[in-house]
Amino acid sequence: MTDLPASKVDLKSVMSAPARVDNSEGMSYLQSVPRRIVTLYLPLTIIVVVLLFPFYWMALTSVKPDDQLLDLDRYNPFWTWNPTFKHFHKLLFESYYPHWLWNTMYVAICATVLSIIASVLAAYAIVRLRYKGANLVGGLIFLAYLVPPSILFIPLATVVFQYGLFDSPLALILTYPTILIPFSTWLLMGYFKTIPFELEECALIDGASRWQILIKIVLPLAIPGLISAFIFCFTLCWNEFIYALTFLQSTSNKTVPVAIVNEFVDGDIYRWGSLMAGALAGSLPLVILYAFFVEHYVSAMTGAVKE
Amino acid sequence: MADVAIPRAKPQMSEDSAWTQLKHNRNWLGFWFMVPAMAFLIFFLAYPLGLGIWLSFTDTRIGRVGHFVATENYEWLWDDSIFWLSVFNTLLYTFVASALKFAIGLYLALLLNENMPFKAMLRAMVLIPFIVPTVLSALAFWWIFDSQFSIISWSLKHLGLIDQNINFLGDTTWARICVIFANIWRGVPFVAITLLAGLQTVSPSLYEAATLDGATRWQNFRYITYPLLTPIIAVVMTFSVLFTFTDFQLIWAMTRGGPVNATHLMATLSYQRAIIAGQLGEGAAISSAMIPFLLAAIMVSWFGLQRRKWQQGENND
Repeated sequence: MTDLPASKVDLKSVMSAPARVDNSEGMSYLQSVPRRIVTLYLPLTIIVVVLLFPFYWMALTSVKPDDQLLDLDRYNPFWTWNPTFKHFHKLLFESYYPHWLWNTMYVAICATVLSIIASVLAAYAIVRLRYKGANLVGGLIFLAYLVPPSILFIPLATVVFQYGLFDSPLALILTYPTILIPFSTWLLMGYFKTIPFELEECALIDGASRWQILIKIVLPLAIPGLISAFIFCFTLCWNEFIYALTFLQSTSNKTVPVAIVNEFVDGDIYRWGSLMAGALAGSLPLVILYAFFVEHYVSAMTGAVKE
Repeated sequence: MADVAIPRAKPQMSEDSAWTQLKHNRNWLGFWFMVPAMAFLIFFLAYPLGLGIWLSFTDTRIGRVGHFVATENYEWLWDDSIFWLSVFNTLLYTFVASALKFAIGLYLALLLNENMPFKAMLRAMVLIPFIVPTVLSALAFWWIFDSQFSIISWSLKHLGLIDQNINFLGDTTWARICVIFANIWRGVPFVAITLLAGLQTVSPSLYEAATLDGATRWQNFRYITYPLLTPIIAVVMTFSVLFTFTDFQLIWAMTRGGPVNATHLMATLSYQRAIIAGQLGEGAAISSAMIPFLLAAIMVSWFGLQRRKWQQGENND
């Protein structure tokens, strides 16, 4: 196998062959090192730098003193030697920021838990009870996934107003599941399908009810799927903007994304430091969560698309 | 055990009270299991969807019940140049951003699929723009594209490429470029990681066989990778197009539709008309006008899914 392609490539690829021994897989040894640098590492570096630069910039701005922020001639804008936590201090002690953070967390957790419970039941019923019309309902739920919030927010605002939920976190807790349930139902359907039927049949013969089967057999086996669904739903809630912007009015009730856009953006030319500090502090919880559960996150994202 | 169970089972079969039927009949059981999810989806999704279409035929305002005005809102919009501008912007935004997201995302997926050190960490880092709330990263872009203190203008000036600051978000063309760039930046990780998941299901032996037969790298891509990836591309791009088309938060955080409505999308315009100006009926008409485009996207997605199942020889399970 190695002989034939090697005759076509130059000596360098053969020299790079030792690399094949430790982390080898596939045919990467066919490429010479300089070629790999140009076709792989260089473009990859550029893309990754562009993707991460805004975060670097966000973090740097949030710790820069005000005078350095606006004076680009005397200081090199790409670094600072005297970082300050003034902006974070202002954020935490002179604004509603902790409130907003708490609101976001509260809404996200409640909406996620509600949606996961509803989705587990729905997904189990569609995949395993296979009642009449289960496939049709599955298809409808997929369609619901494709209805974007930007179409629904106007009528939902009137609905929320009619139910007397306007300006209360409950409005978000009840409307977010419409975004989350279709997604997590499809994800969990995929997971439930992988659990062997035989386990359930055994349990049925032993006299377990459907409810017991779901709680004692299916859920423990689907824990990775549940974690994926939970994390992804939580992120979606945290990220949601248009409903929170429309349904909430008073400053102290807002969620982080809405509050930062509406409350921090004033005419002040020195606002950038605290604005970026707010953006950073609002992103960090998600990034930390993500760092611990990368695998689950990716499987959630790809799982829902693949199904 | 057995002789206890059998006599008990018999009367149950014959009687089947209403309660046991509710408890054991799989259709009823399925119904009970579906109730929570369906309640949410009917009350907060299906009903508002219908209500939105109804509202678009009324002259409802905030705080005032509307009356049926037939297609007056739509006739009004038909002559509204700002509405048509927003349609144009939306189509331009969707088309350019989706095409570039696909191209860069596919390229990035191919790069990440190669063998290299720190592979897992790189993949994790690439996804960060997708994790961070859109509004917050949009604010970072707002600062990066500031008219006076933009780091891009500063760098270009120091490289000697330009003399004056670029008015990124104040100039109509630049503003469009900037919001499209921010959208691409946010969307590429999603496209790349999902396509990467698709790429990993392609067996390496196919490439080995093709290479033995003398295929070039381009031929490997064109005749192996691309055909095997088509179904997942169809699905990913449908989602991408759909969410780009209905985008709201990125625009709202960066430009609020300005300058001179150059970046107003249909979603932002409907928010402005319905919530800020209070014309719920007109706003609903604008968002209902998005539905035909949405349906087109859903059709594509549906056929993409069907085709995938057919390609992989799965049954409809």
